[in-house]
Amino acid sequence: MSNNTGTPLVELRDISIAFGGIKAVDHVTVDLFPGEVVGLLGHNGAGKSTLIKCLSGAYKADSGDILISGEKVEINNPRDARAQNIETIYQTLALADNLDAASNLFLGRELVSAAGFVDDSAMEAETRKIMKRLNPNFRKFNVPVSALSGGQRQSVAIARAVYFNAKILIMDEPTAALGPHETQMVSELIQELKAQGLGIFLIEHDIHNVMKLCDRASVMKNGQLVGTVNVNEVTDEDILGMIILGKKPAKAA
Amino acid sequence: MTEASTPKPPVGHAQDAHVGPIGRFLRATEIDTRLLGMIGALLLIWIGFHVYGAAFNNGGAFLTPRNLWNLSVQTSSIGIMATGMVLVIITRNIDLSVGSIIGVTGMMMGILQVEILPAYVGLGHWSIWIITAAVGLTLGAMIGAFHGWLIAYRGIPSFIVTLGGLMVWRGMAFLSAGGKTISPVDQTFALLGGGPYGAVGSTGSWIVGALACVGVLWLLQNGRSQRRKHEFPLRPMWAEVFLAVLGIGLIIGSVLLVNAYPWPKGIVADYARATGQILPEGTFISHGFAIPVLILLMVGILMTILMTRTRFGRYVFAIGGNPEAAALAGINTRWMTLKIFALMGMLTGLAAVIASARLNSATNALGTLDELYVIAAAVIGGTSLAGGVGTIYGAILGALVMQSLQSGMVLIGFDSAIQRIVVGLVLVLAVYLDNLYRRAAK
Repeated sequence: MSNNTGTPLVELRDISIAFGGIKAVDHVTVDLFPGEVVGLLGHNGAGKSTLIKCLSGAYKADSGDILISGEKVEINNPRDARAQNIETIYQTLALADNLDAASNLFLGRELVSAAGFVDDSAMEAETRKIMKRLNPNFRKFNVPVSALSGGQRQSVAIARAVYFNAKILIMDEPTAALGPHETQMVSELIQELKAQGLGIFLIEHDIHNVMKLCDRASVMKNGQLVGTVNVNEVTDEDILGMIILGKKPAKAA
Repeated sequence: MTEASTPKPPVGHAQDAHVGPIGRFLRATEIDTRLLGMIGALLLIWIGFHVYGAAFNNGGAFLTPRNLWNLSVQTSSIGIMATGMVLVIITRNIDLSVGSIIGVTGMMMGILQVEILPAYVGLGHWSIWIITAAVGLTLGAMIGAFHGWLIAYRGIPSFIVTLGGLMVWRGMAFLSAGGKTISPVDQTFALLGGGPYGAVGSTGSWIVGALACVGVLWLLQNGRSQRRKHEFPLRPMWAEVFLAVLGIGLIIGSVLLVNAYPWPKGIVADYARATGQILPEGTFISHGFAIPVLILLMVGILMTILMTRTRFGRYVFAIGGNPEAAALAGINTRWMTLKIFALMGMLTGLAAVIASARLNSATNALGTLDELYVIAAAVIGGTSLAGGVGTIYGAILGALVMQSLQSGMVLIGFDSAIQRIVVGLVLVLAVYLDNLYRRAAK
């Protein structure tokens, strides 16, 4: 269990965002401490991904504040988020299919030579290094990522998030497209990153993964926050009840 | 000209196919099989026209220094625009307005250098061609940027914006001089269009060739040392030597070719009279590389560097592959779109310089239907309309294929109706073959 005293690494305070009159996120407050994994749960359309996209810079919240280590920050686009060491693994992976692994890993942050030209060899060498750590079986460095399997693509997306010394990691259903072996690899990675002191927001549907990986769980329904619970104080039935009925369990209230 | 030296183009290679001796050879030399296919098609067209001409037209007129030299000049303007169209199409857009932008920038440059500038700096002043060309490029870039702004920041589809542009700019070209043709252009400006004087001659061509040879060797050497530095597998030495010999051979071959085309007798006589020299009957003065061809080569090299060696190029491919992912990676996709269209416009301005210089006049019909030839060249050259895939050298080769068909059919006397039918069929067939190739390469 992480130590939840002091200043949170991230605090999303009273965030609201609406699309065409529909309140996708409605006055939601969640926080995240260093070395902690917070699960974001809820049905499809509950607003989890939308909330998290306000932090990753894909959307801009209509109202509410984002605080990083206690300081209010403006995140207007993905570049701002990256500047705050916030990295995101999107559900869609957000890979450019026609580019190879190294180009995707460094997309938007290319290594350049002294003359200002992209240094493909250096980027490939760095990619080989990090892939050796994350997925030692990865060999396909010189083909477009469209030619990779689901697991290989996932490891490229994860490598991209991990490579740049993230402090805050957002993972949107990182195991949705994976087989059992690769899912296990992702869980081990999450434990390892947690031990390194990263804060991780994990959007996850599989309740067993939530119980296994998360320290706390924030449940959303219809754009609103149902509640946040310490995972080791509740049963999986309690959490399912929160997701389905939108009711916080009595003992954890 | 340096087709095999790019270590990592972001397009798929055929890999792990059946490995015979040819397969091993291709893998060792890392020659793009698609490129070989295009060169094969080009040779087929050339030999086909030559043989047809020899059999039915009293003597094949296609594979002569004169015709190939003319072909290279005719390809220049379409080729320059095709390199820009590659970027536009890779990012899932289209530009239908380039022909009309040629018209309007050509007219503006004509008016500027014939009616305006001589009044200020004097007729035939040395600065006229520079100011004119700079204004043409700037005007093209501004029109392109305006189109890009409408597309990126106002959300109007590029097809519609540039279809509108196609009509608007052609209309402007007509209005700018009330439909008149402006002729002749400034003498120095005219050299940019080629012709006997607008070529660099025998010595100049050898210098260009020597520089190109040095460039090829440097690229091979640099690629090898980069690979060694990062401990990637090296090409076998024989493959490096083969590539060097092939590159240098092609360069020397083309220098010999352009130097084998002499000035016509009349021009030699004019030249002798103008310079006060006495030249014996039958003096052989080589054309050498035409200036527009050198401009095309320079544009091709710069655009290749832009696409394969800079962040800008990387972002073009990323936007084409997955626009959302590009935006999430922090790329300002709108600003990129605006810049791409501005670049397309600038290259169109450059093409207008060459086209009007070659014609030695500015007419409001200049560049009519060019948009279709440019798009066809890019697509024949392997640019995918689905976005994300395309190469500069492919587009230039595509332009050469289109122009070869066109001038080949003129040479053997097909009328324009049949020319259009053939060009149309070839375009569809080329894209179909490309689809088959890509499926096989997967």
